[in-house]
This record gives sequence, C-alpha cells and structure tokens, in this order.
Amino acid sequence: MDEKSIRISIDEKACKKCGLCIAFCPMKVYVSEGGKPIIVNQNACTNCKLCELRCPDYAIIVGGEDVE
Amino acid sequence: MRKELEKYFRKDKLPHIWCPGCGHGIITGAVIRAIDNLKLEQNKICIVSGIGCSSRAPGYLNFNTLHTTHGRALAFATGIKMANPELKIIVLTGDGDCSAIGGNHFIHAARRNIDITTVVFNNSIYGMTSGQYSPMTPKGAFATTAPYGNIDRNFDLCKLAQAAGATYVARGTVYHVPQLIKLMEKALKHKGFSLIDVVDICPTYFGRRNKMGSPVVMMEKIREMSITARTAAKLPPEELSEKIVIGEFYEEQAPEYTEEYAKVMKKAQGGKLNE
Ligand code: SF4
Ligand code: SF4
Repeated sequence: MDEKSIRISIDEKACKKCGLCIAFCPMKVYVSEGGKPIIVNQNACTNCKLCELRCPDYAIIVGGEDVE
Repeated sequence: MRKELEKYFRKDKLPHIWCPGCGHGIITGAVIRAIDNLKLEQNKICIVSGIGCSSRAPGYLNFNTLHTTHGRALAFATGIKMANPELKIIVLTGDGDCSAIGGNHFIHAARRNIDITTVVFNNSIYGMTSGQYSPMTPKGAFATTAPYGNIDRNFDLCKLAQAAGATYVARGTVYHVPQLIKLMEKALKHKGFSLIDVVDICPTYFGRRNKMGSPVVMMEKIREMSITARTAAKLPPEELSEKIVIGEFYEEQAPEYTEEYAKVMKKAQGGKLNE
C-alpha cells in the first residue's frame, strides 16, 4: 500500500454482501468478489467515507486513528 | 464499527436482524452519528419505538430505550417527556407504525409541539409482516395486499406534520447520508416537535414485489428521483408526483408543551387560578 493512501478496514464477519459500498464509491475503490467488497484501488480513495456511512452493517471504517 | 461509536451500541445484540441492504441500518447509523457529533449526553437520551422492522432499532442501542406497542411510540414518548422533561426523546418508527395505526398520536404530538424528535424509517411497506402496503406506499406500487397495484393516492407525511403543528420538518434519504446526518443534528437541536421523514429501502418485500432487483438498484432509483425542496418549489405540481423532494421544509420557534405545562404546575402549586 502506498504510504499516503487512506486506510480502509472491512469487517468481513459483519458484511452482509449488499453491494452498496461497491456500487456507490465515487472512486471505484472496490470490486465484488461473491458480493463482498475487495479493495482494488486504495490509492484512489479520497476519504469521503460515503461507503462507511452507507454500510447498513457498520462493517467499514475509512481513515481515522482507530483502524485496527 | 468505528471505536468511538461502539459505546452507543449493545454490541452483544449485533449483527442486527435486518436483511442485506436494508436501509434501517443506515438510518440507525445516521442517528448515532448525529448524536455523537452533537456530543449529547448518552444517559439523558431516551429512544422509543413502536412495532415493525424499524422499531427493533432501539434494541441495538445503548441508551434508555423503550420498545412499545404498534403505533403508540409517540404516546409513550409523550408520557416520558411529561414525566421527565430533562430527557431528550427520540422516536424511531416505521411508515406503517407512524402514519397508519399511529396516525392520530402523530397528529397530536405535532399539534402540541412537544419536544420529541421523530425519525420515520419510510420504506413504503410493512416489512415485518411480509409486505402489506402502508399509507406511504406510492400509487401504482405492488404489495402483497396490492397485487394489482396500489390505488391509494400518494401521501406526504411532511405536509401532514407541518399542517398539524410540527415546528421542524425535513426529509432525507438513505442515499444522501451526509445530508441526513445534518438534518438529524438540526432536528435534535430543535426545541419542539421535529420530524425527519427518511426515504428508506426494503429490498426484500418492496424491492422484490416491485421487481427492482437489488438494494443497489433501489438506491439508484432514490438518487434519480430526488430533488431539493428549492428546485421543487419552481416545478409545476404534475412534475412532482414522480419525485422525492428532500431537504428542510419548515422551521419555527413556538411554545413547547412541557414548558407550558410547567407553568401550569407553578400556578397550581401557588394556589392561583386564572391569572
Ligand atoms: S455496504 Fe457493508 S454490508 Fe454492504 S457489501 Fe459493503 S461492507 Fe458489506
Ligand atoms: S471513502 Fe469514499 S473514496 Fe474512499 S472507498 Fe469509501 S466511498 Fe470510496
């Protein structure tokens, strides 16, 4: 991962594979693998956090200090 | 989940029961983020719900919570606020719960301008009981009880709220989440009865019946149909029937019910009538 890129964490256990994060990321950071989001374009992430806010299952954290 | 939000959830109760892509989780998340942004005191908040899929939300939330009877969330909430006006009361309710069986409670809570924030999870359907149409189901849409399409005319809960006397009225959607959080912050800060009508998605019952495919398609539809209140004001009414008008509709400062009641108590305790 590039040093400047925004950290994204996905809680795979919490994800219900709805596809919303994948479809509506303005920067196309994710692709679907059997419905789960896979990060393929992390450097493009602008830290808008739309995916985090739209995840119905609180499975995504973008940026911030508390990414585990 | 983000660490700083964990304290607001009963984590042992998660994952929630809502279907993949159900907007209820998004709205609940927006409520929590608004509370966190405003740094409201957790113990001074009481979250009340009625019956329905959305009304399960308080069960996941780590506040004083009350899961009540169908349509009666606002009646219970009114009682709580009267008994303890210090509390910030948030009602989480569905479109069926609020606009059908709870319709009268809704009118009178708005009319009294009691300091309660009501968030309607408006997914146009009764999800918990498998997809009957509600008063919020759009004309022409399909439901288990409207297999040939709904013949009821469209019903605007925001207009009802405003006419009844609500002093803050807005509509958001599960697609426009940053805006939704801002609207909720405004509603929570407002003194008096506030309504946020949230256009929500039920991919399972509404989505399948109406052949919308997936949560993604339903969200795209919301994005396509949404226009701001300002743009809507310039359009002729016939062009609005297929639109979702979002934003703030009304705001007013008016006497709040529990404050008025406190004045009555003061008078009564002073033994003075008709002053
Ligand atoms: S929005 Fe959340 S639940 Fe849906 S696919 Fe993305 S991570 Fe999974
Ligand atoms: S924060 Fe914004 S740009 Fe980054 S992955 Fe999420 S939606 Fe895409």
